[in-house]
Amino acid sequence: MKIIYTDSLVVGAGLAGLRVAIASKERGLDTVVLSLIPAKRSHSAAAQGGMQASLGNTVKGMGDDEDVHFQDTVKGSDWGCDQDVARMFAHCAPKAVRELANWGVPWSRITAGDRQVVVNAEKVTITEAEKAHGLINARDFGGTKKWRTCYTADGTGHSLLYAVDNKAIEMDIPVHERIEALSLIHDGKRCHGVIARCLVTGELRAYIGKATTIATGGYGRIYEVSTNAIICEGVGQALALDTGVATLGNMEAVQFHPTAIVPVGILTTEGCRGDGGLLRDKDGHRFMPDYEPEKKELASRDVVSRRMTEHMRKGKGVDSPYGPHLWLDITLLGRKHVETNLREVKEICENFLGIDPAKDWIPVRPTQHYSMGGIRTNATGESPQLAGLFSVGEAACWDMHGFNRLGGNSLAETVVGGMIIGKYVADFCEKNTLEINTGEIETSMTKMQQEIDELLVGKGTENVFDIKLAMQRIMMSYVGIFRNGPELEKAVTELKDLLKRSKNIGLKCKKRHANPELVEALRVPRMLRVALTVACGANARTESRGAHAREDYPQRNDKEWLNRTLSTWPDENALEPELSYEQLDVMKMELPPGYRGYGNDNAVAHPDTATREAQIAGILAELGDDADRFEKQAAIMPFDLPETLRPRNERLSDTIAVSGEK
Amino acid sequence: MSSPRTISFEIFRYDPQDPNDKPKMVTYEITEAPGMTVFIALNLLREQQDPSLQFDFVCRAGICGSCAMVINGKPTLACRTLTANFPDGKIKLMPLPGFELIGDLSVNTGKFMRELAERLQLWLQPDANDIDIHRLETPMDPAEAAKLYELERCVECGVCVSACATKQMKDTFVGAVGMMKIARFEMDSRDTRSAEDFYHVIGNQDGVFGCMTLLGCQDACPKDLPHMQQIAYLRRKMAQTIVSC
Repeated sequence: MKIIYTDSLVVGAGLAGLRVAIASKERGLDTVVLSLIPAKRSHSAAAQGGMQASLGNTVKGMGDDEDVHFQDTVKGSDWGCDQDVARMFAHCAPKAVRELANWGVPWSRITAGDRQVVVNAEKVTITEAEKAHGLINARDFGGTKKWRTCYTADGTGHSLLYAVDNKAIEMDIPVHERIEALSLIHDGKRCHGVIARCLVTGELRAYIGKATTIATGGYGRIYEVSTNAIICEGVGQALALDTGVATLGNMEAVQFHPTAIVPVGILTTEGCRGDGGLLRDKDGHRFMPDYEPEKKELASRDVVSRRMTEHMRKGKGVDSPYGPHLWLDITLLGRKHVETNLREVKEICENFLGIDPAKDWIPVRPTQHYSMGGIRTNATGESPQLAGLFSVGEAACWDMHGFNRLGGNSLAETVVGGMIIGKYVADFCEKNTLEINTGEIETSMTKMQQEIDELLVGKGTENVFDIKLAMQRIMMSYVGIFRNGPELEKAVTELKDLLKRSKNIGLKCKKRHANPELVEALRVPRMLRVALTVACGANARTESRGAHAREDYPQRNDKEWLNRTLSTWPDENALEPELSYEQLDVMKMELPPGYRGYGNDNAVAHPDTATREAQIAGILAELGDDADRFEKQAAIMPFDLPETLRPRNERLSDTIAVSGEK
Repeated sequence: MSSPRTISFEIFRYDPQDPNDKPKMVTYEITEAPGMTVFIALNLLREQQDPSLQFDFVCRAGICGSCAMVINGKPTLACRTLTANFPDGKIKLMPLPGFELIGDLSVNTGKFMRELAERLQLWLQPDANDIDIHRLETPMDPAEAAKLYELERCVECGVCVSACATKQMKDTFVGAVGMMKIARFEMDSRDTRSAEDFYHVIGNQDGVFGCMTLLGCQDACPKDLPHMQQIAYLRRKMAQTIVSC
């Protein structure tokens, strides 16, 4: 039995996982990262548009700070997020951007003086301050009050991933490539590591760590068409779910991005609209102002995707052999802008559509894009049920996104969450000893071996590829942008049937080493369990919140549904998860539920909302007029952070105010 | 529309872990669909004809650099290669040369790139005194930032390595990918290494002076990176280092 020991074990070598590994190594801990692929190939690289951080350097970001970023994030989440976590995040985002500059990210910088930008389809001249010259720039994104999204052209994720992986290489952090974690080793209270399979040799190994961090990204590929990389299959969520103890949070919260190209579903960044691009229908009409007069194309993604779908249902879509689509028009930005700031978009359009986006409109349609749900953690990133199990990034439900994530907040979560949770992981490793129970390891190993043996020598007859495609089509048809009771029921029934069938998979390829069919056969039942948490959660939630839109329950119902869905799978032979709910406490919120400023204003109020609003008014009155924003915030909703991350963020506005210059 | 055509894939097959296996070419036929890429075709082949077929894809969008292979003699990214580009409907797929073969079309570019990064120290080495993440960042010339991003678009796909005659003859040659990255850090005003420091790493036959300037790297690079310009730039820099010594 091959056992590999470490202090901090990280599963997933994207930005979030690598950042946790770096935080561990910085504290002198032994660290090992497991990855399906070379680290630099991770899906983090596909993030194009940028990451939000309230630096406030550009003139269009002046007046921005943690408070505004926090409020935008909470509204974006449709009040589903954990507000403590949103605060921790907003406070540390500027630090992460500045840290990354020191690790090599060539952030786009501000040029002082006049520059032309496109706002609401018109060319506008803005003037950047002399003092801002050379500081980190930001672009506009949906659902934000300020221009806050820091970027490197439209390859931000690529630049970040390369800088962070280079840092990990500098620190000599080993990444075990082509290794797939398939089950967690645990005793019901503490997590001890993973059983993993080498995708090249087929060898099973136990990796034992004081802390195990799952940073495997989202579960987009349970859908047939997704912007996600093909490895984002939810196996990380299944690792936690299959313990029967750890919970997954808000799995029904699935985001559809407004602008993926048709038919292949490759993303074109929100930066296209942030920089001034428009959505048009089959008549060339710019329709978003008809629905969202305030934010137009730059309402939050859930809202824009729904409006687009509504508009196509009215017959305004452009017909194509792949169904209706709409147009994304970035021609008005000019060739120079497209070829510098949106050059990945240009390359994608050329290669996959054969068009030139500087002169042609891009065919787009809302497409599965992001998993707000994931492994439920507390604010330190640790599972409330299994000590030593951490999760970070898209894999987790740390819960800064609630039911809808803002563009630019996912890339930010990977590095900011990794920075914060990495420190808590290191704390955990310093406070705890490595617990090794070889009997327990052997039991987990044997179980995994049996699962593989059963597939290779068993008498199963089901084709794994057929089952996978059937699952993906069910999710597309019945658990999409708009949902309703009868269709969700159908989804649950059909997924359960597939899960039953998946117990009878038979393989044509019997190799124990490098065997792509075996890889699928191990993943698909796990994906089905994850898909069932999504479908069951969506079926049970009889309200509409953020990306979860029920046609039969169109109101956001704070009175009955201001809570987080928790899924567990305690009985491994069961065909569906057990659901329970974690209440969100209005009396502790800094920002009690209200109208988001875009989308439908139809919420059923929570009885505590008015009370909490009055209480906050009282707290502020008591503080007096000379209290600054930090004192006010601390009085309303104090939050904790690792000590080294607590200092305030300096901004250009601070230095300009001091020197008296404009 | 005319009826879809049948296209044939002639694919290199070999499992180095199977002592009884020998390298061979196997031909498969598939019905073409509109917009079909080599990514789509290979997955269909695996799902419908041979589930043992090995290949690597991750992003399928030309971003991650996983899927480079030799397609009808030319190394390139398979995910964004349209089958429609081949009028005779015959497509021959070989694994990328110059890398350890994992099996069939899958090669170990990850191991190669990690070793290269360790050997050439391909990470930013800034002045540690400048670093305070709570304070305003150090300004950088906007044109420099834009230029660095252009050079940083390399996706480590390995195409330049496989297209390089020098590399095929000389295993220790750092290749265009290594030089491109060195040039990127050399140009970065935040990096404290001097031209002399870089000279020690690439001022030799394994580096800029080993390049025969055949420029297969530039011809084949899927990101259109300016290899020729960067190699020339580094040569000038390194030559200046010798003169100034």
